[in-house]
Amino acid sequence: MFESTFTWNDLQFILQGAWVTILLTVVSMIIGTLAGVVCGMARALLPRSTIPLAWLLDVFRSVPLLIQFVLFNALKSIVGLNWSAFAVACVVLGLYVTAYCTEIVRSGVLSVPLTLRRASRSLGLTYWQDLRQIVMPMATRVAFPGWINLLLGVMKDTALVMWIGIVELLRASQTIVTRIQEPLLVLCIAGLIYYVMSLVVARLGARLETRWQEND
Amino acid sequence: MIEIDNVHKSFGELEVIKGVSLQVKKGEVVSIIGGSGSGKSTLLMCINGLESIKSGSIRVDGTEVHARGTDINKLRQKIGIVFQQWNAFPHLTVLENVMLAPRTVLGKSKAEAEALAVKQLTHVGLGDKLKVFPGKLSGGQQQRMAIARALAMSPDYMLFDEATSALDPQLVGEVLDTMRMLAEDGMTMILVTHEIRFARDVSDRVAFFRNGLVHEIGTPDQVIGNPQRPETADFLRSIN
Repeated sequence: MFESTFTWNDLQFILQGAWVTILLTVVSMIIGTLAGVVCGMARALLPRSTIPLAWLLDVFRSVPLLIQFVLFNALKSIVGLNWSAFAVACVVLGLYVTAYCTEIVRSGVLSVPLTLRRASRSLGLTYWQDLRQIVMPMATRVAFPGWINLLLGVMKDTALVMWIGIVELLRASQTIVTRIQEPLLVLCIAGLIYYVMSLVVARLGARLETRWQEND
Repeated sequence: MIEIDNVHKSFGELEVIKGVSLQVKKGEVVSIIGGSGSGKSTLLMCINGLESIKSGSIRVDGTEVHARGTDINKLRQKIGIVFQQWNAFPHLTVLENVMLAPRTVLGKSKAEAEALAVKQLTHVGLGDKLKVFPGKLSGGQQQRMAIARALAMSPDYMLFDEATSALDPQLVGEVLDTMRMLAEDGMTMILVTHEIRFARDVSDRVAFFRNGLVHEIGTPDQVIGNPQRPETADFLRSIN
């Protein structure tokens, strides 16, 4: 009753898809986190003059990711950019992560009490030394759980890149489902792989958090 | 020497300091007493440039605090300040809290900064808490750590902004003892305080602030023992 036509090759195909998922997640998280830290600090420290930035980033937070992929892909053709689908995916996901990460970083920076910053400035630290030594380490602790959430969310959102022709974990699974007609088995396998990848991230995050919390 | 000359300070419409003048000489301990909203804490913040002023001038050893060309970070190195909320940096150990400024601001080596920090922390009675995070300390211990942190910069002046007001009553004594020790070591100090008996004990002069002005100033025996103005007497009666 447990006979299946699912082969070793199929599993390899799915794992290759998982690798693409990981690559997309890592690249877009790196782009989005770097940009998000810069934008988030700017939003927190210069709230007035960065309001236009907030409007812009709101677009990327508000429009469904699928529409962003399709629109950007069409734009690419219109402008005549010779980018691979993977590059398009990284840019769109990167902007998407930037938009969310900006808010995460902003709330982290704003959580640092002003009195603590006064205390560090009163010791003679400059504006930048205070940011580096006091604000950023403290903001990181506050922002970190939100950032892990974002990472886990993005890992699953990468599945939408199938619409611009990239074969990642979910798309690879669907291809096999179409061929061997065993959706339950294949989707369970794909789901398990997502679960394991998420679990690793969540566990690493939790371990780091506990280490910080021991100090409080 | 700290020279405060006809300083005015407003928060928006509200004028909190309305022309205060005060000189504090090297080695002198001056206490500022007065009701809340009398501008006494704000004045301390103005002295090391954490708050701007509207007019007048504040000079520390001849350097104009609020002048454009003044290197305020340099100036702050010689003015230590201890806040009502002790403001421990929660992500650093007690030792690291005290080492931070000597390392970052003065560029001392790790070993030098550590030796300095250990000395100051031992001085305030926290020699056995070096590797502990501030969250594990009592308020009194955190406040003593804040004092050590300020002292590690070898300041010429120490400002105390109601350093014991946020503490549980049984913890006030240990912090006052530390402050008394500093005063006896000859540190120049300005204390904003509600501890009238302590102010009388350690101060060379006491200033009573009222409505953003120095209402009465003199020796502790004059101002606290025998106030000349009725408002001063009323205030002293009200807090006893």
